[in-house]
Amino acid sequence: MSTAFMMREADDRDPMVPRLFKVRRKWREARDIFTIELSPDEGTHPFSAGQFNMLYLFGTGEVPISISGDPARPEVLLHTIRTLGAVTRALQRLKTDDLVGVRGPFGNPWPVDEAEGGDVVLVAGGLGLAPLRPVLYTLLARRRSYGRIALLYGARKPEDLLFKRELERWRGRFDLDVEITVDIATGDWLGNVGVVTKLIPGVPFDPLSSVAMVCGPEVMMRFTVKELLRHGLAEERIFLSMERNMKCGLGLCGHCQFGPLFVCRDGPVFQYSRIKELFRVREI
Amino acid sequence: MRTLEDILLRHPFLKGLDQKYLKLIVGCASNVRFRAGEFIFREGEEANHFYIIRHGKVALEAFSPERGAITIQTIGEGEILGWSWLFPPYHWPFDARAVELTRAIALDGKCLRNKCEQDHDLGYELMKRFAYIMDQRLQATRLQLLDVYGVHDERG
Repeated sequence: MSTAFMMREADDRDPMVPRLFKVRRKWREARDIFTIELSPDEGTHPFSAGQFNMLYLFGTGEVPISISGDPARPEVLLHTIRTLGAVTRALQRLKTDDLVGVRGPFGNPWPVDEAEGGDVVLVAGGLGLAPLRPVLYTLLARRRSYGRIALLYGARKPEDLLFKRELERWRGRFDLDVEITVDIATGDWLGNVGVVTKLIPGVPFDPLSSVAMVCGPEVMMRFTVKELLRHGLAEERIFLSMERNMKCGLGLCGHCQFGPLFVCRDGPVFQYSRIKELFRVREI
Repeated sequence: MRTLEDILLRHPFLKGLDQKYLKLIVGCASNVRFRAGEFIFREGEEANHFYIIRHGKVALEAFSPERGAITIQTIGEGEILGWSWLFPPYHWPFDARAVELTRAIALDGKCLRNKCEQDHDLGYELMKRFAYIMDQRLQATRLQLLDVYGVHDERG
């Protein structure tokens, strides 16, 4: 019996066994970031905005990567990846029709349904835009269900901005506020320069009805939370996507332990009020 | 049409300020407009004004012969531009250039400086407000210096 056959048989039964996906396409987003499009030979891979998969490159290793595609298109699996170590470098070298093992989707989704009826503020920093893109796809598909929608996005340099074409399209919409800033201006950049938190006062959201979803480096999220709280948003209305060393995806191995929580099982999306005491503890 | 007084009264920077001081500040204010690319002030020039940006965007720049103009930060709608008029030697340390058509309220800092010397309550009120802005900008600059989006570790 072939390994591929055994893995296909195991689908939906054992979350520890990867399902085989083929590489369909791959493209560069920024200097060290690329997006890979995977699809199964048959069937789909339903997921919710905010969830992640474990991508297994046979013989090399496995990495947790957020899903950056559209939840309404479960037949196409997109992951936007920074090349950092052996596995991500090997993923970048894959060619069309190469095989990748996929376990998942794992984790809690963003509170897209709970946010209905109010304003939504998405704050993304760097690669943090990737896990928030599925949220935006969903919000825009159900545009009438929400009040004002704002995307605030900070990157290091203009050339590090992700999804540039989509950003342009989104900026052109009248029903969406998109503000972008970079920490370091280069070339002929005429946009904002400064940290992403500086964009928050410029967004007229109703703090009583708004939900904020924040994803980026932890330091950036800490400052963003501070600014959102200063603008009247309640702790219960702020959601963060945490990153830890996820391995099993099921809360069994303990690698991603975050105080009494496991990021892979209880997160990666957390309500700020639930983790605020853990947020500043250096030892965690 | 909203008057300068209306606009200043509603601006968070002047929120809670005594009416008599507000009137005094309105007397030092004027509407100004800068075309895209136009300099609002240049490094080394005497600093006699500050600005409340109403529309548009201003880049704070430093010029380097090797790299050209380097934007340190942009100041946008609703924000305050310039506090060098408050501190000796009253010179601008950077260039400020309108990135796009920018409308602002210019306030005569030289005039206010003298008033603050005469009335320390007004001086304290203005100093408190500028100290808050400076604190916000310092925190933002520190965060910028952290280079949070840079790659600092080896994973995956």
